[in-house]
Amino acid sequence: MIVSYFVPPAQSWKDDFAIWFEILAAFAFVLGAGNLLKMHLQKVSSRQAGWGFSVITIVAFLVTLVVGLGKVGVNPNAAFPEYAWSGNKMEPGSSWFWYIFEYVYLPLAATMFALLAFFIASAAFRAFRAKNIEAILLLGTAFIVLIGRTYAGIILTDWLPEPLRFDRLTEFIMDVFNSAGNRAIMIGISLGIVSLSLKILMGVDRSYLGSEE
Amino acid sequence: MNRSTIISMLLILLGGGFLIFRTSTGRMGQSYARVIQINAEDSLQKQLEDLDDKIAQQTDKQSKASQDIKASRDRLEQRINSVKGQSWETRTLVAPRHRGEENVDFNWPMTIGLWVSAFGMIAILSFLFQDNILYKISEAILIGVSAAYAMVLGFWDGIVGILFVKLTPGIVRETVIPATPLEAEPNWIYLVPLILSGMLLMRLSPTGNWIARWPLAFFIGLTAGFRLVGFLEADFVHQIQATIVPLVVLEADDTINFGATLKNILTVLTVFCVLIYFFFSIEHEGVVGGIAKLGIGFLMITFGAGFGYTVMGRIALIAERMSVLFDDWLWLIDPTAKRLGLF
Repeated sequence: MIVSYFVPPAQSWKDDFAIWFEILAAFAFVLGAGNLLKMHLQKVSSRQAGWGFSVITIVAFLVTLVVGLGKVGVNPNAAFPEYAWSGNKMEPGSSWFWYIFEYVYLPLAATMFALLAFFIASAAFRAFRAKNIEAILLLGTAFIVLIGRTYAGIILTDWLPEPLRFDRLTEFIMDVFNSAGNRAIMIGISLGIVSLSLKILMGVDRSYLGSEE
Repeated sequence: MNRSTIISMLLILLGGGFLIFRTSTGRMGQSYARVIQINAEDSLQKQLEDLDDKIAQQTDKQSKASQDIKASRDRLEQRINSVKGQSWETRTLVAPRHRGEENVDFNWPMTIGLWVSAFGMIAILSFLFQDNILYKISEAILIGVSAAYAMVLGFWDGIVGILFVKLTPGIVRETVIPATPLEAEPNWIYLVPLILSGMLLMRLSPTGNWIARWPLAFFIGLTAGFRLVGFLEADFVHQIQATIVPLVVLEADDTINFGATLKNILTVLTVFCVLIYFFFSIEHEGVVGGIAKLGIGFLMITFGAGFGYTVMGRIALIAERMSVLFDDWLWLIDPTAKRLGLF
């Protein structure tokens, strides 16, 4: 991959390897799903605590898999109507896989992530204490950004000079401090990743092969 | 019965009673869809007309492009005979205010889907009160569905859409992807990722775990190669480049733009101070200690902004979910005029 950046005839390797990567990643999903199935089947067969939920997981998994792989309910592609399997697996209103995605996966996953709003807020309420300058800066910025991104921020600080209004302050903080702070962090992360990549490529770090290595 | 059980029972009874009342009066949770009839013959006929137009536009009738279009037209003409009488319906979800319009019908599958999603969302939100069996069931369903969803996408987009197209374009063209180019030939080099993928699946076998290390090493090596160059380009060089900005910004008439100047100075100062804070090769004392302390301050502002931004993102998600519950399902609010007074 690195060589392909420096040697012109090898430049197409990069694109080929990227496709190979996608194929391997697709099989990795199969591997992950297989692993999940194996784990839950073991849980059910040994009647471990909560095995009933494993049954639900397995049923949900198998139903979605059969519906998705079988393109159940999918109409043919209008450009190729003689090919029954040519349709879009996510065809709205017809594909059963679309129904599962739209009415099960999407709402459940979004609600699960939305729950985090409550947990972050309650954790912050318990953990954040304005004990020193750093904590005050963190709390103050968070407060300004939280309020500044709502209509309340605009209404409450309407009487202040424009640069001091919470919506404008939020914009300034996000544009300057947030992007510059993240920039410095990203420079550090990139150096870390580059050194880790080199360690892996040189065989110094083989932990990805398993703990015994 | 303890207090929490009594509260739960009371909430379930009140909520259930409300739902029964609203449903019996037909005032909530209905989905409508616009039904469109697709006729296969018409669809191909339209393509035929497009090809006829293209042929008419060709100036050189003997050119290869013209011959190719004519050949496509002949093939299409033959296909039309095989789809005579074939038709199907497509359904698109529409707002309830469109009910009564032509081709708009009450849709059972979408209505059931709406109710299932609403109960699923309530089951997950019930975790805010306490851990319970409804939450655990929803969680188990989500895990199963999301694993299968990823696998199905991987199969159709990665395995069929890329690997099979490269290895067996003829079979793929005749079955699932008819748009595969006619001139596509099998590319046998793609047997390598197929073999590597087969080896990867050996990880599921109790004795063949070691075989999976080869593709894993290839996978990690590939990722390391991608990341090394990618991060050097995007997160190292570009970030430094973006930080090298003029500390005095002048307007076209040579006057100083104080806003842009302040912004640039603060950007450079923040990056510099935070980098000094992360630089551990020298002791953080004296001037360096002072700069590092300033760096901590800037980092706190960054973290505070990140925290506020994340919380607001989650709140937007919950607002969207509440909108589905109260607007689409319960029909209690109508901020986007989906029903126009239909409550």
